[in-house]
Amino acid sequence: MLRIVYWVLALSLSGVAAADVADVYDFEDPAQEQRYQNLTSELRCPKCQNQNIADSSAPISRDMRGVVYQMMKDGASNEEIVESLVGRFGEFVRYKPEFDSRTFLLWATPAIGVFGGLLVVAGVVIRSRRAGPESPALSAEEKARADNMLADQDRSS
Amino acid sequence: MKRFLLFLPLLIAIVVGVVLYAGIGKDTTKLESALVGKPVPEFSLRDLHNPDVTLDQSLFRGRVTLLNVWATWCPACRDEHDDLMWLAEEKGVNIIGLNYKDNREDALVWLDRLGDPYRKIIYDPRGTLGFDLGVYGAPETFVIDAGGVVRYRHVGVLNEAVWEQTLLAVINDVQGNG
Repeated sequence: MLRIVYWVLALSLSGVAAADVADVYDFEDPAQEQRYQNLTSELRCPKCQNQNIADSSAPISRDMRGVVYQMMKDGASNEEIVESLVGRFGEFVRYKPEFDSRTFLLWATPAIGVFGGLLVVAGVVIRSRRAGPESPALSAEEKARADNMLADQDRSS
Repeated sequence: MKRFLLFLPLLIAIVVGVVLYAGIGKDTTKLESALVGKPVPEFSLRDLHNPDVTLDQSLFRGRVTLLNVWATWCPACRDEHDDLMWLAEEKGVNIIGLNYKDNREDALVWLDRLGDPYRKIIYDPRGTLGFDLGVYGAPETFVIDAGGVVRYRHVGVLNEAVWEQTLLAVINDVQGNG
């Protein structure tokens, strides 16, 4: 019996915790709702910096969700909605920053890394090709030393 | 060439070290305002003291202003209130208040009890102007030049140290240019 009471308590409390973030918005169709979810999940909360505004229960995130919803209702495009929030809160609220002179390194680093790696690999390959068949691996003197060592080994075994 | 490669790890360590060192001590919770260099957003809101009076962005024309965003529910605003009083009374700073997501009765009681450092107070119960200003946590203080353009934003408590180390220089600079 007591166990059942605990369960009921736990379930009702978890309901309260989840309801903390959920706002009640009506959407015309599931596509609109999906669009809202996508938008709010790629906007960053300025107050609680490692959360998107969909997950955050900060008052400012609630306001931002409200604006996203209202602008969607008014027929704004995704870019317009994001731009209007960036205009108020700064580039910071974008989880995917725009490509410009300031974010150039951020976006280009992976490509630069891959390109640099390819250059190194190409360098190694070209050098080994060039050094390839024409130049023998050992000079005459080295070969003589190696033969000597091998001969020593044969004798001792 | 071979010898140069030996120094490569040292070189990388120095570069990474410089980059990381530059980040030490930066407060990442303080964001630069997106409004710096832009005019104060248009608004039309009531005066806190006189509900019949409507205030708009022309309030910021003519002289350099500190716009202080505050509310009675904000403990840090209580912290800075004495310093605002000091700025208004001792330094003669022109401060405009933005009463943010608050209610009028509480705000008036607060001013009665603690004093009123503001030349005018904009009453913004729904936080619409606050939202347009990109306010993400009270208290925040904006420096606005005589042309009504936002020049600086300080997030957090405004005290004597903040005034002397940053705001005073910003205001002098703004006054010099404007």
